[in-house]
Amino acid sequence: MKSRDLTELALRNLREAILRNSLTTLGVAVGVASLVAMLSLGVGLQTLASQRLNKSGLFDAVFVTSRRGMRGMNGEGPRPASTKTAKPEDAKPLDEPARQQFEKLANVTEVYPQVRFLTEVRFNGASYSTNVLGLPDSSRASGTFDGIIGRAFSSPTADEAILQSEFAKELSPQPATLVGKDITLRYAQRHETSSADVANEKDIDKQMDDLMSGGISIVSRDKKLRIAGIIDSDPSAGIGGFGGGRVFIPLRVAEDLHAAQPNDVQEFVRAGGSSKPTYMALTVRVKSPKDVLKVEEAVKKMGFSTFSLLDATRSLRLVFTVFDLFLGLFGSLALTVASLGIINTLVMAILERRREIGVLKALGATDRDVRSLFFAEAGAMGFLGGISGVALGWLIGAALTWGTTIYLRRQDLPGVKISYVPWWLAAGAIAFAVVVSLLAGLYPAGRAARLNPVEALRYE
Amino acid sequence: MPSNQTPGQDSEQPLIQAQNVSRQYRLGEAVITAVNDVSLDIRAGEFLALLGSSGSGKSTFLNLLAGLDRPTSGAIHVRGRNLAAIDSVELARYRRDTVGMVFQSFNLLPRMTLEENVELPLRLAEVDRNEREGRVAAALEHVRLGARRRHRPSELSGGEQQRGALARALVNRPAILFADEPTGNLDSVNGEQILLLLREIQSTLGMTVIMVTHERPLAERFANRIAVLSDGHLVSDTAQTPQNVAEQTTRASVGTGFQPGQPSASKS
Repeated sequence: MKSRDLTELALRNLREAILRNSLTTLGVAVGVASLVAMLSLGVGLQTLASQRLNKSGLFDAVFVTSRRGMRGMNGEGPRPASTKTAKPEDAKPLDEPARQQFEKLANVTEVYPQVRFLTEVRFNGASYSTNVLGLPDSSRASGTFDGIIGRAFSSPTADEAILQSEFAKELSPQPATLVGKDITLRYAQRHETSSADVANEKDIDKQMDDLMSGGISIVSRDKKLRIAGIIDSDPSAGIGGFGGGRVFIPLRVAEDLHAAQPNDVQEFVRAGGSSKPTYMALTVRVKSPKDVLKVEEAVKKMGFSTFSLLDATRSLRLVFTVFDLFLGLFGSLALTVASLGIINTLVMAILERRREIGVLKALGATDRDVRSLFFAEAGAMGFLGGISGVALGWLIGAALTWGTTIYLRRQDLPGVKISYVPWWLAAGAIAFAVVVSLLAGLYPAGRAARLNPVEALRYE
Repeated sequence: MPSNQTPGQDSEQPLIQAQNVSRQYRLGEAVITAVNDVSLDIRAGEFLALLGSSGSGKSTFLNLLAGLDRPTSGAIHVRGRNLAAIDSVELARYRRDTVGMVFQSFNLLPRMTLEENVELPLRLAEVDRNEREGRVAAALEHVRLGARRRHRPSELSGGEQQRGALARALVNRPAILFADEPTGNLDSVNGEQILLLLREIQSTLGMTVIMVTHERPLAERFANRIAVLSDGHLVSDTAQTPQNVAEQTTRASVGTGFQPGQPSASKS
């Protein structure tokens, strides 16, 4: 029999015993709904955790340092794995050409340096010592400024600052009033002096002063910035993140300031007074955490030390996979019960339709035709139950999210989406329902197919 | 062996050859022989009545010839194929393509309309959808039920249901029509209408009709050959002359006021 005829007959048979088949289908729907609701919770929580972690900028980034004896970032990080193989003096400098090379690597979205320096902030005639940190433009998209009072930077080159709230409180007891006001940064600007510059100096004392300062002039500069916003938390704290700053300015503005960095002196001493500007560390941001490993390998081959939190991401995925597995198992229990309902319905249908099966066989139906018909009926119940179940599961998840959001808001916390039904979960749940239903139909369909037509026709 | 041959058909080669056919059933320790060593040749175009009392084995023999069951021993050759030896798929194809079946209790599927019931063999035979409608309509017109095509079996009289079942049996244009006590659930008027139809089908379409009945007068009136079974044995095999049959058919038509191909007088 052609599949279209088979489907028509199966649907017709299902319609004829509409109440019983609807109840069976509802059983499947409830089973699928519990599965979808459970897994959507797992997926939702995993997505929530991933989003929070991605916002930290730790899991989609490779932190690159030179192999010139720097130990991690600012000496705080773990020792790079390959430092023992390269002599510090042979190692490549982490300079602008290196940065451009990293940018050309596949799946790299941006490469930016860490620009962090000490400064003195002047506001209303008072001075405050603190750290300034340059934030890349991409930080706007990664949710760094969620919950900001005021707004994010108007452009990547805007002379604007965002204050960390604790620091803002030092400036004013009412931090919100600071937005739109100006502050002045006083910082040390690195100014390189060539050897010719040193030789031409007439004044020997001045020459000595320069030599003692290593050929680098440190000039005090002022920069006026407008306060664009105030953020509550320290954005993306952690190794290589943006943490540690209390005044945030656009990265390009920070770079243009040429503020003296801790590694300037080290690089100068190593190069004997003729160093070019180098970066203390570069952050190579990749499209997704799964790209981290390849980019990390490529950067290592180029002769640099790298560090990433890939292993931490893997562990997190493992935890959530186990979590999802358990949720899925609990959800599947209801579907298992529903599959018993399908078996029961179809076995009853065989008893009721024994004569019909006999007639079909007398008219020329093969065992396969009869088996297929019962399979189609089981599959149709599974498919319809699957679709209804996904919709029901989504509704349960939405209700849980709604309830959680109300609860969190009462606690003055922002609402979160704890349930999420991705397309693969919906499609997978429907496919699973169909497969389970077909398995449930296996016995009844086989039994129906094996019926002897003469005996079936005798059945009253 | 006498037969009512359709012109152009091979008069020498039987359409069905049953050779030493036996069918035994096991009921606990007991073995019941429903058909016992029956041999019978049936030629194309014959109207054969299998006559016998209840339990004589006539329906079992019919089921064996129709491919609904397999003999315990012996062979049944139809168009050169031994039904006892072919696999279940081939046997189903034989039932689908070569055989039409009419049952005592009609066996129309109650959930389907009449036309859906008649369409069922065409679905199983995977006949093109465009062709089906015309064939269903023609089969229903043949048994004068065109107007009742959208009715369900429960909305039809017994005679109409049996005519509907006959339309279903004819729609695949089978070579052999098997009828198992087709008048058993009908009154005499409707019973004779059905037999007139069978006779008409046999004579006009050249179809071989094999009918099981326990009513000798009906068998004598309509069949051109009567095989009598008793306790599973074939005890007699008698041919009737075409003239006798025609006379008896006419008598029957006059008696019921029913002529094949004419609209039914009323719903019975």
